[in-house]
Amino acid sequence: MRTTVVIIGAGHAGLAMSHSLAEHSIDHVVIERGTVAHSWRTERWDSLRLLTPNWMSRLPGAPLTVGDPDGFRTMPETVAFIERYAAAIGAPVHTDTTVLSVRPRGDGYLVTTTQGTWQCQAVVVATGACNLPSLPPFATRVPAGVTSLTPRDYRNPSQLAPGGVLVVGAAASGIQIAEEIQRSGRPVTLSVGEHVRVPRRYRGRDITWWMDRVGVFDESYTEVDSVERVRGVASLQLIGSPEHRDLDLNALTGLGVRLVGRLAGISGGRAQCSGSLPNLVRMADLKMNRLLARIDAWASSHLAGDEIEPPHSIEPTRVDASPPLAVDLTSGEIRTVIWATGYRPDHSWLDVPVFDRKGRIRHDGGVAAAPGLYLIGMPFLRRRRSSLIDGAASDARDLSTHLASYLADPAAAGPAAPLLGAA
Amino acid sequence: MRTTKESADNGVNVEALLGAREALTQSPEAAQFVWRARNEWVRGTHSRSTVEGFFGLGAEQRHKTTFGYEADHPELFASEDNGATPVELVLAGLASCLTAGIAAVAQHRKIQLHAVTATLEGAMDIQGILGIDGDVRNGFSGITVHYRIEADASPEEIEALVAQSQKRSAVFDIITNPTNVTVAVN
Repeated sequence: MRTTVVIIGAGHAGLAMSHSLAEHSIDHVVIERGTVAHSWRTERWDSLRLLTPNWMSRLPGAPLTVGDPDGFRTMPETVAFIERYAAAIGAPVHTDTTVLSVRPRGDGYLVTTTQGTWQCQAVVVATGACNLPSLPPFATRVPAGVTSLTPRDYRNPSQLAPGGVLVVGAAASGIQIAEEIQRSGRPVTLSVGEHVRVPRRYRGRDITWWMDRVGVFDESYTEVDSVERVRGVASLQLIGSPEHRDLDLNALTGLGVRLVGRLAGISGGRAQCSGSLPNLVRMADLKMNRLLARIDAWASSHLAGDEIEPPHSIEPTRVDASPPLAVDLTSGEIRTVIWATGYRPDHSWLDVPVFDRKGRIRHDGGVAAAPGLYLIGMPFLRRRRSSLIDGAASDARDLSTHLASYLADPAAAGPAAPLLGAA
Repeated sequence: MRTTKESADNGVNVEALLGAREALTQSPEAAQFVWRARNEWVRGTHSRSTVEGFFGLGAEQRHKTTFGYEADHPELFASEDNGATPVELVLAGLASCLTAGIAAVAQHRKIQLHAVTATLEGAMDIQGILGIDGDVRNGFSGITVHYRIEADASPEEIEALVAQSQKRSAVFDIITNPTNVTVAVN
């Protein structure tokens, strides 16, 4: 089969790209291993809701407003939302089609799938950043008798043995899972590495509303100090809940969760914790306060006083003077370890020499270092917003424009060609 | 608030450091360093350490001169007090590492430093090293570092300098995280 562009992945990013390519009248197909929004459907825990409010899922071409704009979609609602979007834009999705390999062929690529092969001029990788759980190498040293899980396998506390749980990682997944497990009566120890603390609401508005207005989400990958660092930053410590509640380390210690430092290793059945916890929480507080100060400065010059509540300070994170430096995994106290240590993409099917020494696709804002190969739907791909569903529209617009110029003259649009609309 | 943002001179060549960072990102093998020290027993608990050569950037390197450090224990340990105790040298190493980081980060952030003073305390129950109580560890039960910093910056900016310095400090990492230590004889 032949087409001009193959988009791999029918999540929000692949679908937004489909819409943008259609606007350029570029012939394409969207290949999906399962059904639309497959990961959202099958790889998330039961209670999860989106971290961003409903109004903040602005996908291109089909403004869908569903339910309370300030609410947070559950996973079934998210799946339904993305399905409706796919239908609204008439995306040419081929479901139940798993990509086996992508190889250079002629002036383009040969995409081999379980449902046949496609020859195309360009490929857009939209399979997401969260394909495989990313575990530290010492995760294999959890003693027998203690169950290891990742947020991909975790569904709800009832699947866990009674007894203590060590949750490793304090980004959004870790803190949300820690909270519900603690509430289920299983005492939780939470290992805290570098994290990004923000309040759910500030001065009467959702924090993401402020970040949107102030321009935080529009910061370009070309403006940041180290793009490698910002692409690896953990997700915001937030929960989307009907009551818009805060969930931070103070809330967790208030519930009885025990905080320990970043896990440094497992030796002789003991999980060793770093003594750097006080610095990490202080650093997160300082960064949060810098963000709030930036919001205050913006608000004072852009909003009338009666539009918002006055500024308020947020309690610093409380940590014990001497947090435990080890957690014994052999005493029977800990029955389960949950590795909320992040995800990595799976590009093992991509047979194109485009990977860096750490196995990541080399790219410049989504334009991969191989002609006609594109990447979308990754953290800070082109801007901070790229990490969100809400970022797919601008990234798809930029990349489809580049792709169109590449198709018009493949020689002119090199991999590092300056991108339009970088800001 | 910060008064001078345009220029700061803390004596750190940040451009060279950033250049090295860029170069080592391209060739990670050159980033593999080995640090060395040599130690010789003198008498009693007195010993002398020297540092001279190290390996880095793919080749043997050498300090401008050989540096020496005496170590001993105080008289109340029935020693002759010919030098600092090894644990005090550890505190000195931590302080030197953090302070170097503060200067470098301040330079990068264009913050002029005027004075940086650190005082460190390492609390220790010596029942551990004396073998009196097996439940007491040999090392510090905790370390506190107190910085006094005068700089053209807000208190929050100064705190952020100190926090960033800890984040990037080798000795802070060595002390806060476990490290495999292999000791061989002959």
